[in-house]
Amino acid sequence: MSEPPQYPPVDPTTFDLVVIGTGLPESVIAAAASTSGKSVLHLDPNPFYGSHFASLSIPELTSFLNSSSAPPVSLSSSQAADGATEDPKFSIINLSCRSLYSDVEISSLSPTLLEECSRKFLLDVSGPRVLFCADKAIDLMMKSEASQYVEFKGIDASFIGDGNGALSAVPDSRAAIFKDKSLNLIQKNQLMRFFKLVQGHLRATAAAASTIDENQNEEGEVQEAASMISEEDLESPFVDFLTKMQLPPKIKSIILYAIAMADHDQENREISKHLLKTKDGVDRLARYQSSIGRFANAYGPFIYPIYGQGELPQAFCRRAAVKGCIYVLRMGVVGLLVEKSSGSYKGVKLASGQELFSNKLLLNPAFTISSPSTSPADPLCVKSPHLTVQTVKSKVVRGICITKRSLKPDISNLLVLYPPQSLYPEQFTPIRVLQIGGNSAICPVGMFVLYLLALCEDGAEGKKLLNGAMSALLAFPDCSKSDSVVHDENVSQTVGSEEGKPALLWSALYVQEMQTMGRSDFITSTPTPDGDLDYSSLFDATLELFQTMYPNTDVFPETSSSEEHGGENLES
Amino acid sequence: MHGRPRKPLKPVDEAAVAAKAEKLRALQSEFLSNHQNKIYSKEAVELSAKLLEINPELYTAWNYRKLAVQQNLAQCESDPESVNSILNEELKVVENALRQNFKSYGAWHHRKWVLEKGHSSMDKELGLLDKFQAMDARNFHAWNYRRFVAALMKRSDEDELEHTQNMIDKNLSNYSAWHNRSVLLSNLMKKAAPGFTNKDEVLTREYELVREALFTDEDDQSGWFYHLWLLDQTVRSEFPLLVSSWPVEGSDISLPAADYLDGCASMNVFHYSSRNFPLVLYFNQYVRGVNSSTVSVSCGFNLNADLIWRPLSSNDSQSAKVWATHLAIPDAELHSSEAYQVEVKVGFSLGIVSTTGVAYSHPSQISFQLHLQKAPLESGQDSRFGRIQWKDDCFAVYEPGSVEPDLVNLLDNLTIKNEVESTASTWQARIIDDETNIFRDLLDCKIGKLTVARLLTSYNSLRPLDKPVHCKEVLELYSELMKLDPSHYRYYKDNHSLVLLQQVTSSKESLLSRCFHYRDSTLSTNGGPLCLRLNNLAISQLGSFEKLLWVQMLDLSNNELQSIEGLEALQLLSQLCLSNNKFRSFTALESLRCLKSLKVLDISQNEIGSHSIDTTRYLFHSPLSHSVGSCDWNINYLSSKTYWEAFFVLKDMGLTQLDVAGNAITSQSFNVFLEKLLPTLKWLDGVEVN
Repeated sequence: MSEPPQYPPVDPTTFDLVVIGTGLPESVIAAAASTSGKSVLHLDPNPFYGSHFASLSIPELTSFLNSSSAPPVSLSSSQAADGATEDPKFSIINLSCRSLYSDVEISSLSPTLLEECSRKFLLDVSGPRVLFCADKAIDLMMKSEASQYVEFKGIDASFIGDGNGALSAVPDSRAAIFKDKSLNLIQKNQLMRFFKLVQGHLRATAAAASTIDENQNEEGEVQEAASMISEEDLESPFVDFLTKMQLPPKIKSIILYAIAMADHDQENREISKHLLKTKDGVDRLARYQSSIGRFANAYGPFIYPIYGQGELPQAFCRRAAVKGCIYVLRMGVVGLLVEKSSGSYKGVKLASGQELFSNKLLLNPAFTISSPSTSPADPLCVKSPHLTVQTVKSKVVRGICITKRSLKPDISNLLVLYPPQSLYPEQFTPIRVLQIGGNSAICPVGMFVLYLLALCEDGAEGKKLLNGAMSALLAFPDCSKSDSVVHDENVSQTVGSEEGKPALLWSALYVQEMQTMGRSDFITSTPTPDGDLDYSSLFDATLELFQTMYPNTDVFPETSSSEEHGGENLES
Repeated sequence: MHGRPRKPLKPVDEAAVAAKAEKLRALQSEFLSNHQNKIYSKEAVELSAKLLEINPELYTAWNYRKLAVQQNLAQCESDPESVNSILNEELKVVENALRQNFKSYGAWHHRKWVLEKGHSSMDKELGLLDKFQAMDARNFHAWNYRRFVAALMKRSDEDELEHTQNMIDKNLSNYSAWHNRSVLLSNLMKKAAPGFTNKDEVLTREYELVREALFTDEDDQSGWFYHLWLLDQTVRSEFPLLVSSWPVEGSDISLPAADYLDGCASMNVFHYSSRNFPLVLYFNQYVRGVNSSTVSVSCGFNLNADLIWRPLSSNDSQSAKVWATHLAIPDAELHSSEAYQVEVKVGFSLGIVSTTGVAYSHPSQISFQLHLQKAPLESGQDSRFGRIQWKDDCFAVYEPGSVEPDLVNLLDNLTIKNEVESTASTWQARIIDDETNIFRDLLDCKIGKLTVARLLTSYNSLRPLDKPVHCKEVLELYSELMKLDPSHYRYYKDNHSLVLLQQVTSSKESLLSRCFHYRDSTLSTNGGPLCLRLNNLAISQLGSFEKLLWVQMLDLSNNELQSIEGLEALQLLSQLCLSNNKFRSFTALESLRCLKSLKVLDISQNEIGSHSIDTTRYLFHSPLSHSVGSCDWNINYLSSKTYWEAFFVLKDMGLTQLDVAGNAITSQSFNVFLEKLLPTLKWLDGVEVN
């Protein structure tokens, strides 16, 4: 990172909350805190917004993945040692930065082609990610009015892939089932009946929940009770319920992985740690289906922000700024100010040397606090929290590929799913692929970016998963030729040919850790990007964090000026 | 729009509505004065546009604009640019009005009017339509207008078919799109456009398409309607054909000699009158043009040359499925012991045409023998049987082989064999067979059951000569449906009845098992009239008339009939029992007017008169309708106003016995009315009439 530029000192010097890192959870909390009247200072050592949720050009991304995959360093060992505190009442605790990424592997198979436009890309660091139209995330964006800063594109189609590279559309709606070519008549009927069963259950549940409708006749109630899924079934694994409904394996797979978005093999009980309950499966199905057609311009259930994922944290930051939050980029924090007498957090020391005070501190998950002293008797050790990695949940492998041709002609933005075991028998997690084209302004027109994702135990397994999907979808140009400038012509010819798979031009594979962090009264750490395709869990976790930080505060309370923005920002 | 509930107005809105109404009234009165004074100035025309944007339903304003356009066009005829600007302005006004209410008839009509002036780019019109159809894909105004534009720009039916496909792909519940598809396909097949020459292939393709929709969502009705249309296209015979006749081919018929009284009997099962001998032709569909030039009747004796063929239908249309004429055989011409060969030739000369315009082109010939019988009368008169009593102990089981070989022969030959039919039906049978097998997978849902039942029934209708198959299964399906879906009970019941009758009439054996000899205490001999008893079958609708043309005595009591439509085909019918059914009015018995031979009628124990309006039937001649003619209804029957329907149905009938007891209408005065109306009556409700 370049030398921090000379900033004028931050004024005022006391805040309710200091936030370090501009990832999505940090930005949402900064915006929520500002909206509820807190004074907030939002810092990021990087020159861009978004932290782990940023969208970056190829050089920026390469640098970000590599730098933050370096072994943990104390950001400021020298400065912290040198920098005495201005006030003798305080001592300084070092803040360490560590990387979430490992096994970074970047290969450029067509250097000249990309050289010309490497800065024209906006690659998502935590891709693939899309939003359900009917997700809470959308509601929160509208409620916070952050949505006015973002425009979206619909994802045009979802497919299920097999090892041979064939893609068949996900029959996720009535119209899609009708048009589907891969299901036979009986399967179509079974799938649609299952959708109706779930819809009937949801309607019945909603009717039972609303006590307003007192006038319902008894017959109606009996019918509704009959259409509800039994409590026992709701608690059973979703996969068992699907089996009980006599759905064939193919349809079960579609429902589990393409619609309910299960992220582990649901059939293999020994390996599967995360069995989805019927209750949750039904809710996810409902979310999926109510997403279809929510916005006039989005054909399917998903949307993607134009200019990339990085737009979302930026939108919340802009919202926060409107509400008085102060932003300083390229500004690191070298240490925390801790009151010597109590051992409690009081403020931060910036890389510029300035000391600022705040009641609370919010850190992005790259930061850990190391004790300044090894002595356990030190009061600071006892009283101040060691903000260290508490649990390593698991790992997620992410991949980014660039091509010059779409996986499907005429469709630019699409999703592909490889259910467990669809590529090879040891594939225990589904692999998700998102292709975004130039019409979303994240790459030059005529080019396409593929994001891949799978949960994994370690880097080797992760790479195997993604390579499996990549070789099913893409053609790898001859490696011996790829270094040579001369053969770029050949590459573009391959790309131009209508037959065969799109040729891979550039790729990055990296493994990201997923962790939850410790927490103290004054210092909180945001969650790492999760392994989901959507933002739902992330927003849930973020809002929960906000509520623990500020228990009696409304999140983005309704204001009289806020009006419904439903779909207005969707580009036609 | 579809599926959007109307919300009650909020108080704030009400105030706004009142203000709007005030403004509208002001505009409207100003406009009307312009209109009356024929002011077509720019300002005045603009005012009408403003008015129409608020209220597109004001057709006076549309007409005013038409007048204004005509006047303005006349003034600038030479200048194409100003013509364009005038017409463009009209299109713009219509578009704005449609935005306000896209179901405004006046606005759509105005647009058509402008377009007929040869203006506007058609592509723009289609673009506009796409917008309106995106708002509501089932807006029938838009679909109508689309057909109009497509015709005007000579857009090919193939392209329009593609459009319906796209609409169906978006939402398979689009009735309008399915309907338009059926219209377009009919056109294409009629024109024999490339790719549409082979009906077999076209229909197979369409079955495949609609099948995808039906299996995707079996609860959606639009696809089922289309499937029903396809089924009809598959089964319906294009060519009019003769299905059956009276007398049947090869029959041998004895007539009482003229010196014996008409209508009375011999020892035989059948009794005919030589003065009034019916010939009946039963076609597979409605035809017109049956007359003495298209049907020739020849025989050994001299007939009155011009036979009058009458369509047997209760309305006055000149087309019918069944046509009849009556031979009056001159007494002097016949000699006993001699057999006369009669030949009826149908369709040897052109002229018989179906309602769709297809000519009858498969000539048929029916020949039968007539001979005179001079059997002595036992006890002489009509009244020899006394009163007919429809009691079980008056009927003796018919014993096969006992007397009448001609009956057996007749029942063997009830239907006419048409070679065309049997060869043409192979692909239809294959399609229906395939469909049946596929839809058996949906037998667990209501509409699946219904479709399989329909398919199996259609399969039988393709093979009228063969014994129907799957009757038992179809009957079971309809029985299940009646239980499963009580709200459509009547529909299933009617279909159940039709299949049941098909089953009963399917073979000689099953018909004979329902044939009985009538005899009562006054009759000592065995050979009373033969009665077909279709009583106690719980049928709600009648059918299979083509197999019943020979019936003279029919017992339909203890069923659930509400109408006897179609019964007019049974021209020989002389005794009919309809007691204990569900007839609600005399209008339900209108077919009786065509049954000239009817002597004995029992309509007791029904619901006639208990419903002020018969909701099951909605068209009936009223005393005021011209079709009845200036008949003699106002002659001096005191109560004929009150009993108009009874008067209309029963007048001119030669009934000798009538039972009406057990109906709400019956009363002393009604009986008096009947006695006056029916001078031939001997028995009324079991009481001898003086």
